[in-house]
Amino acid sequence: MNFESELKKGNFMITECHNCQKIVWPSSEYCNLCFHETDWRESSGIGKILEFSKKDGVFFCLVELEDSIKVIGQISFDNPKAGDRVNIDECGISNNNMFIKFRISK
Amino acid sequence: MPKVAIVGYGQTKFSKEDLKIEKVLMDSTKNLFDNTSNLSQDDIDAVLVSTNNNSKYLSAILSESTGIQPKIAHSIESLCNSGTNAIVSAYSYISSGLADVVLISGAERYDSPGQVLEWDQLRGEFKHPIFWASIFSKSYKRKFSITDEDLALVSVKNHKQSIKNPNALFQKAITVEDVINSRKLTDDLRLLDCSSPCTGGASILLSSETICKNFTDQPIWISGIGQKTTSASFTKNPAFDEMESTKQAARCAFNMSKRNPEQIDVMEVHDAFSVCEPMAIESLGFANHGKGLEVVKDSFLSENPKINPRGGLIGSGHPLGATGIAQTIEIVQQIQSKADKRQVDKADIGLIHNMSAGATSSTVLILEK
Repeated sequence: MNFESELKKGNFMITECHNCQKIVWPSSEYCNLCFHETDWRESSGIGKILEFSKKDGVFFCLVELEDSIKVIGQISFDNPKAGDRVNIDECGISNNNMFIKFRISK
Repeated sequence: MPKVAIVGYGQTKFSKEDLKIEKVLMDSTKNLFDNTSNLSQDDIDAVLVSTNNNSKYLSAILSESTGIQPKIAHSIESLCNSGTNAIVSAYSYISSGLADVVLISGAERYDSPGQVLEWDQLRGEFKHPIFWASIFSKSYKRKFSITDEDLALVSVKNHKQSIKNPNALFQKAITVEDVINSRKLTDDLRLLDCSSPCTGGASILLSSETICKNFTDQPIWISGIGQKTTSASFTKNPAFDEMESTKQAARCAFNMSKRNPEQIDVMEVHDAFSVCEPMAIESLGFANHGKGLEVVKDSFLSENPKINPRGGLIGSGHPLGATGIAQTIEIVQQIQSKADKRQVDKADIGLIHNMSAGATSSTVLILEK
């Protein structure tokens, strides 16, 4: 398994080290603390907006997922605020780049 | 530890010209030879090239083109702080005794591949530096109730100062209104808030204490070095309204030099974007968190160009691999009282701050007589 191939299918996967009890991010075959092999799991996709801005009418945001890992993605709703709880709405690869769209959590 | 001096320098004008990287390297190296008395090719033990250019074997090519047969020759790349990384490597070669004299040449083209870090997938589709700069700007503005107009003063100041720098890309005064009315790249960044990629070269010569007087009667000593890389991924910064790698690098450089921020007379800080200047001033220890713009404003109103006297990256242009070297040359000239119209009064001790990839890595150097 690798991050990109799963992302292409719309699955946002992360790696965890069970030896260190930590998420290894960006995803990696080995833990960056103990070098044990990591395990894959799908992210809950739940996070909160840390910061955001807008370019050409599209909001982009820095989101912390699972209170742990940070990524930049798009926001698919208006009037975002720092601290808003969000979920991954859609993810994949476009033009060789990862993309993530977030929607507000109900 | 044996002392290491800066004993010579050369530069090209920063421009948007379509020049071969080898020519840019050669031009600033020739200028260094022209400026440095008694320097011959045989004196040089190591040739280091600082660039993000994809061409191979550039240090050997530069050596051959300039008639040098060095013991050590290689390139150094660390995105925007390649230049000061190369200076630190040269310092290490000299202080270890592996070399007595090291030539460093930094060069970049306007279309440098170092502008975008493709590897950083955590930035998703937002890999261009304007996106991390927007996150920094928004975060800094929100936390300290700072406006776009407040931040625009950085660009106004640095454009004003670059008018007196004959090598600068820009030589035109601008106003806060000009910045605000310039093209809006994102909700939190205008075109005139940004440094501009460009073509340019800067070379510098380092020497051991034993032979430095062969080349200059004004050697400038590197008394403090601090470097820190906290990550490669921008999103792994622990905060977005300050520069953690800069804080750690500054602490290390001040410790090594046994100096403190109050003793620094002049500094070059890495203003890749307007917001970077106050953030750097704070993270280096020159102002409390959120108060960096007061230092910028004081400098502007008092017409004391002690912060980025050559115009910083915003006024001078940003040829990535040459930037850290050009910053260092400016501080050397200031301490030597050879900065012409840019001269800061009583510039005895100076500091250089050079960083890369959204502040994930920083270098801080302290120089003195």
